[in-house]
Amino acid sequence: MQINDLLNHTSEWLKGTGPNSDIVISSRIRLARNLSKFPFPHWASSAQLDEILAKTSNAMANIDMLKSSTFFRLADLDVIDKQFLVERHLMSIEHSQKTEQKAVLVDDEEIIAVMVNEEDHLRIQLMQSGFNLFEARNIINRIDDALAKILDFAYLADFGYLTACPTNTGTGMRGSVMLHLPALVMSRQIERVLAAIAKLSFTTRGLYGEGTQASGNFFQISNQVSLGHGEDEIIENINGLIRQIIEQETQAREILLSKSREVLEDRINRSLGILKSARIITSQETIELLSMVRLGSDLGMVKDINRRTINELFIITQPAHLQKLENKKLSPQERDLKRAQLIRKKLNLLET
Amino acid sequence: MFCDVCGKNPATVHLTEIIDEQMNELHLCEDCARHKSAAMEQQFGLSDLLAGMADFEKPNKDEEVVTAKCPSCGLTYADFKKIGRLGCGECYNTFRQYLAPLLKRIHGSNQHVGKSPLKTKTKPAGQALVPKNKTDLQELKDKLQKAIEKEAFEEAAQLRDQIKEIEKK
Repeated sequence: MQINDLLNHTSEWLKGTGPNSDIVISSRIRLARNLSKFPFPHWASSAQLDEILAKTSNAMANIDMLKSSTFFRLADLDVIDKQFLVERHLMSIEHSQKTEQKAVLVDDEEIIAVMVNEEDHLRIQLMQSGFNLFEARNIINRIDDALAKILDFAYLADFGYLTACPTNTGTGMRGSVMLHLPALVMSRQIERVLAAIAKLSFTTRGLYGEGTQASGNFFQISNQVSLGHGEDEIIENINGLIRQIIEQETQAREILLSKSREVLEDRINRSLGILKSARIITSQETIELLSMVRLGSDLGMVKDINRRTINELFIITQPAHLQKLENKKLSPQERDLKRAQLIRKKLNLLET
Repeated sequence: MFCDVCGKNPATVHLTEIIDEQMNELHLCEDCARHKSAAMEQQFGLSDLLAGMADFEKPNKDEEVVTAKCPSCGLTYADFKKIGRLGCGECYNTFRQYLAPLLKRIHGSNQHVGKSPLKTKTKPAGQALVPKNKTDLQELKDKLQKAIEKEAFEEAAQLRDQIKEIEKK
């Protein structure tokens, strides 16, 4: 597989399928694993990093579940390709910087992604569309077991899996769920919800993980604690919390529909109108407007645009995706023009 | 709209800063935004936060902590306080007395209860692809057999209950 092949593929997390997919975009689990006898990446020598890269890539090549996947050395990729992988949630922003001796393995379906020599030797990620943490946990557990047969992981009975940063020690597991919560935002209840989440030792982030601001009503919620609870317990805790948030968002949508239907219809259709006619548009504005259109589609107010098309627009209007589609480097101003053009084309095509 | 810092290039990055409860909006061009984010990282990163937490662990002899050094990778506790990252797995043994309370503060516990790679290793090859419950079940049944053989009936009874629990699911 080449990077360009991904351009025509719909990422697992953008399929718009799976349980509760009107509110839950995707469910993701990642495991941090390190080889014993090797320093963590930031503390390892160049020769050691090479050895870690060789050992882990050999191990992954021998695992059936990872047969249909591609191993990319980041040193071989250009800036746009790297940003492209970040936009598709196949690797972190941090991983795209200082890329000597880093790599990422991506499976053809974009369900599995493994970063090598990020903060830890291995960061294994499993992505599922919709609200599906248990399935994600099942698959990633099998990959982890298969890897543990070949590789010696750094582990102590009392501290669990050992990681470069003590915040990941223990299970090394982080589960996160990406939610679309427009009704809670519009009804100004979101602060209350986010405060409650923080009190329960969960973190909220934006679309692109650590350090990014929530935009377009998208929130990524994940567990903070990785030590002292078993994997199943951690997953069940997130699951229970997400279930409650889904319920609150559903209620908020019903109240908006019954109390301010016209206002809601107006906002949704105005958003769609701007997307269909704008000549210059930033990615931030695009995300915000698409968020409204997505809500319109969920509520049956927007009939001719399905969730998958909206999801696809979210990703192909991102900077690196636009540049790959155009096959050349574009300045931010050029991108805003191209983006508007692309959105008009996609949305107006649907109207006959 | 032009960049607030250089005033020359169009602003493409929009930043909200909160300092002393005062909210500031900044509109920057790509170049100035890059400088700004580098400066911010220096000011306040996760490593400082962790190092700050580690500072609470000051034992009686400061000297001893700072000079304690991991025999495996050479990282000192002072290094950890500076960068917020440990050097290797062995560091967890070396700095155990300081890390145990730190982990407790971060996670509310310093005792792992999740899965272990060692168990996985001892399973015969080819079982890794069987769903977790099934491998657990087989493992428990083997243990039960052994417990009965050595007449450890209390252990056997516990194992029997666990097996029933899984088979119910």
